[in-house]
Amino acid sequence: MGALLDPLQFAFFQRGLAAAVMVGLVTAVVGSYVVLRGLAFMGDALSHAAFPGVVAAYLVQGPFYLGAAIAAIGSALAIGWVSRRGHLRSDTAIGVIFAGMFALGVFLFSTIHRYVGDLFGFLFGEILAISPADLVGLLLLGGGVLAVMALLWKELLYATFDPLGAGASGLPVAALDYLFLALIAVTIVVSVQTVGIILIVAMLVTPAATAQLLTSRFSSMIVIAIAVGVISPVVGLYVSYWLDTASGATMVLVETAVFLAALALGPRTGLLRVRRAAAG
Amino acid sequence: MSAVDAGRAHAAEDHQHHLHAAAEAPATIVLRGLTAGYDDRAALEGIDLTIRQGSLTAVFGPNGGGKSTLLKVIAGLLRPWHGEAEILDAPPGEAARRIAYVTQAELVDWSFPVSVWDVAMMGRYPALGLVRRPGPVDRGAVHLALEQVGMAQHARTQIGQLSGGQRRRVFLARALAANPELYLLDEPVTGVDATTQEDLMDLLEAEARRGKTVVATTHDLACAASRFHDVVALNRTVIAHGPSELVLDQEVLRQTYGGHLLVLGQQAVLLDDAHHHDEAAPGEAHHHEGQPRSSA
Repeated sequence: MGALLDPLQFAFFQRGLAAAVMVGLVTAVVGSYVVLRGLAFMGDALSHAAFPGVVAAYLVQGPFYLGAAIAAIGSALAIGWVSRRGHLRSDTAIGVIFAGMFALGVFLFSTIHRYVGDLFGFLFGEILAISPADLVGLLLLGGGVLAVMALLWKELLYATFDPLGAGASGLPVAALDYLFLALIAVTIVVSVQTVGIILIVAMLVTPAATAQLLTSRFSSMIVIAIAVGVISPVVGLYVSYWLDTASGATMVLVETAVFLAALALGPRTGLLRVRRAAAG
Repeated sequence: MSAVDAGRAHAAEDHQHHLHAAAEAPATIVLRGLTAGYDDRAALEGIDLTIRQGSLTAVFGPNGGGKSTLLKVIAGLLRPWHGEAEILDAPPGEAARRIAYVTQAELVDWSFPVSVWDVAMMGRYPALGLVRRPGPVDRGAVHLALEQVGMAQHARTQIGQLSGGQRRRVFLARALAANPELYLLDEPVTGVDATTQEDLMDLLEAEARRGKTVVATTHDLACAASRFHDVVALNRTVIAHGPSELVLDQEVLRQTYGGHLLVLGQQAVLLDDAHHHDEAAPGEAHHHEGQPRSSA
């Protein structure tokens, strides 16, 4: 019991825990739609594309979340524009923009010739270094994303499942597509200090993928994704505290372990089931 | 006057030769000089077509003849390049809440984690607006629609577990639950068993009798001739439009299908892909052209 309660005496650990819960909740909800829309690569691209924004904000001493949001949303629009303009498949356009933006970030990063520990935190996450002001911003932005998702869940569901049927019956399918990309971008801004740019895609995809292994109903998929998405980062945070390992990576590894357990034991894919079927 | 000419005159003179009671009904769909397509490739050219309230119309023609494109233009999903379109007395897309569109089965991701009930409920979403959640009225409408198509006992089933015919029934239930004035159905009877085809056509016929307008694309000429009241022969443009007997007219068929038709005495045999795959494994998709959704 002491092992669980001891860290809680530190304010930085309490802040980290609050951030982990909010980020886990937001990434699980948004991530469920990311998986159903086939946007996993897009999510990865937008998080990497946020990097030059973060570095630029550091250079001009502006707020990092503004830089990250501008770079991620700008990249989402650029990907849409390039794929339409060049008649390219969207994954091709994503590949081009994503690599270019991340390279720009590394380039800007290499122009800084003093200590840049803070910036490494954005790449790999440094959840225990979140300041009280950053935590307030994170909770407000995360709450905003959850509010929009709560308002639009059924429209997003219909437009994801059958864009033609939804569009013909009057839902603004194209506007919903753009809005959802913007929600991914804000989710990335919210998560960037917790898990870091490079691993955000795991938080977006793994809880929803785990849920998909366990259920074929949308409502239970969201519930399972939220459970995995919230519990794993909390467990990961404790494990990283006890073992003194990188927090972002540890949280992602816990999620991966849960996914593998679901794969091994799940009703459709489970090894037990296969063995039972073989025996019977 | 050949049947083709009759069909053209029929279209041009706004159904004046038509003896159906529907001839006096107001127009639900009016297209004039309409051209539409994708990128720089036209799929439809010079379409003049008037479809009246209460009609049960099949659109037939070869693959790539523009059947689905015509439906998309009417549904407001594709903006025409030229010409005028008036759907339910409004520009395309404006009267969307009074339209139900049934998507081609091949364009649907059947592994999507939704149940029969969830899909039928989607028909109620557009009228609900943003904040409201489905209430007792919506649940009643969904239950009734599922009863009508004979799927109420499968309400909790994930859609991937259904047969081809059951999948079509569920999508028709979604349309019925929306209580629209205009039904647009892309290949509603393709790849379904005979019983399902009869059941679906009975329902659509009943809707038309209630004053709803039904327009469906089909590959199935026998179904078009026997179960629909009117037909539109389409190959990039309207070849003929008139009562469903036009489907049996060899001159209409020759002009619509060109070389893909084998004429044996009085019988015409269509060498098109009229055979479909009801026995497809659950979750197996038959993609032919386009993608179900864009990812950017």
